[in-house]
Amino acid sequence: MARFLIRRLLWLIPVMFVVAAITFILMHAAPGGPFDKDPQQRQVDAITQKRLNAQFGLDKEMWLDFPALMQGNVVGFFDTQFFTYMIGGTVNGEWRCGFICGNMGPSFRQRGMTVQQIVLDPPEGKSPWDSKAGYSLRLGLLALIFAVVVGIPMGVISALRQNTAVDYASLFIATSGVTVPSFVMGIFLIIIFAVWFHLIPVVPRDWSDPTVWILPAVVLGFGLLAQTARLTRASMLEVMRQDYIRTARAKGLSNRMVIVRHMLKNAMIPVVTIMGPALAALVTGSFIIETMFGFPGWGRQFVLAISQRDYSMILATTLVFALLIQIANITVDLVYTFLDPRMKVS
Amino acid sequence: MATATVAGRRPIENTLNTKAPTSLWVDAWRRLVRNKAAMLGLVIVLLFFFVAIFGPWLAPHDPLQINSGQDFLPPAWAPAWSINTGKVGDPQFFMGTDTIGRDVWSRLIYGARVSMVVAIVPTIIITVVGVITGLVAGFFGGTVDNLLMRVTDIVYSFPDLLFFVVIMFALRGTFIGELGNGVFLLFVALALVGWVGIARVVRGQTLSIKEKEFVEASRSIGGDSRRIMSKHILPNILSPIIIIVAFSVPRLIIAEAILGYLGLGLRPGTSSSEFFVTSWGSMMLEGQTAINAQPFMLLAPAIAVALVVMGFTFLGDGLRDALDPRMRGTG
Repeated sequence: MARFLIRRLLWLIPVMFVVAAITFILMHAAPGGPFDKDPQQRQVDAITQKRLNAQFGLDKEMWLDFPALMQGNVVGFFDTQFFTYMIGGTVNGEWRCGFICGNMGPSFRQRGMTVQQIVLDPPEGKSPWDSKAGYSLRLGLLALIFAVVVGIPMGVISALRQNTAVDYASLFIATSGVTVPSFVMGIFLIIIFAVWFHLIPVVPRDWSDPTVWILPAVVLGFGLLAQTARLTRASMLEVMRQDYIRTARAKGLSNRMVIVRHMLKNAMIPVVTIMGPALAALVTGSFIIETMFGFPGWGRQFVLAISQRDYSMILATTLVFALLIQIANITVDLVYTFLDPRMKVS
Repeated sequence: MATATVAGRRPIENTLNTKAPTSLWVDAWRRLVRNKAAMLGLVIVLLFFFVAIFGPWLAPHDPLQINSGQDFLPPAWAPAWSINTGKVGDPQFFMGTDTIGRDVWSRLIYGARVSMVVAIVPTIIITVVGVITGLVAGFFGGTVDNLLMRVTDIVYSFPDLLFFVVIMFALRGTFIGELGNGVFLLFVALALVGWVGIARVVRGQTLSIKEKEFVEASRSIGGDSRRIMSKHILPNILSPIIIIVAFSVPRLIIAEAILGYLGLGLRPGTSSSEFFVTSWGSMMLEGQTAINAQPFMLLAPAIAVALVVMGFTFLGDGLRDALDPRMRGTG
């Protein structure tokens, strides 16, 4: 078990390294540097350009500095943009630790701020939950809770009353949740509740009011709700036909006891396993919903960074989200082995 | 006597052979036709293909024609409570007009092209690449196989939407991004991620099929690897390939719409004689800014995306049930 975990975690390093390299190449494939590119921004003169490049470490070689190696400078060989960003290097004369220490680099657009300050630091005097990442995490958790609290009972009732009107109604909801993309669902709900019935503001200004969280959380969680309901129903239907359920009934257990202790406990195994990646998907996939609702989270910051061409923000977001997905996948494999000892670790 | 025997035997034969023998494909087709949801999906999909092909003849207006003074018109049939601007709709604009007075309905019709082309071209690319890589990796194993699995690990660790966004962002300004209003880059981005899932399925199927006796038989009579792969393995794994391809189509359409919505899709055309004039994603982007003034700018493309995705999903569900009856009702 421990060996499996260690191997998976070690494998994480090369994967993240390649992910970072691909993103790095793509970011630099865009013609021009971050400072001479933006037509809206005033063009900077050559000296300022040089200073800015030095300040942001852009004066180094991108990959490997072969000329430095020729001069016998082995350290200089690795003193490049990529390694400075990922591991660390000298920027502006002083050594700075890179992404592995949690430094995501200075923002190219918001002067004097690093990416981690923008994303992780809450506003003055607020809790960490009020940072951009905190907002996204809260929204993701809320959507997850909504999906679980509604989806699981829906699937259970659906299975217990198979082929009744209740079953068909919940199947209809589940099917529409799987087929209609979440952002289209969001558009429908915003137009109905905000534009036509004026029940909520289209783009809420004040997110401390809990009622404005309902719609984004529902939209974000709806796809997962549908998935959970379908999975729970299928899994319940399978468990219901097992011999041990007949045994439980035969020994005179109450209906409630049979459902809760015997059916639910076993039927939940496949459902629980999708929750880890589901949360990761909710947090990393929420940028479109966040943009739609003007939600002050990390995802919307990412979309803003696209229009502002804030390279370091895009790079950091991609890396962190990829890391989250990886960790979620490893967690699933672990949870599987705990819940179902028949599954052997491979 | 002889005739009597034959006559006596005939009824038994009739009861045994009430049906002509059917092939797997005919059988699957019959199951598909009997599936009402799948047929509904097929009708929707065909309808949208029809609209995409014959758009210029179906659209009542030029999708780029600016009608000054007629901006933000609601549809004429929209009830009064749904209109925030107090403007009165004009019956000649079925879905109303947009920010600069262009006909939303005509733009919607022209926009169908992008989604339907996205449903075909990247799908063909990912199918060809995915099937070949998966076959080779599964059949030969070894280094190729290891390499494929490592690539799969990396692609799966990228949230795919994020990957599309990063590619489109980085390469839009380059010469690749300029080709065909950015459609080429869109296809490349969608294809780069999509083939991996197919390759994985094909590899898994190949691994199990290549151990079967008929493969050994073919090898023993001198069949080379290429022949075994194309004549024996491929026909036997066609069902799972069709199923996974069918399910990847709606995902491609959604991805395209989202990229358009984020302003990273194809560039809007400048003349209505161009093949791609607008896309539903870009229409939604425009509609989002005018959500209070003319919600139908946003609603119309959203409904179109929902419908076409629903059509493809129903068809995919139906294909899965028809080709692999054991899978019915799961997932």
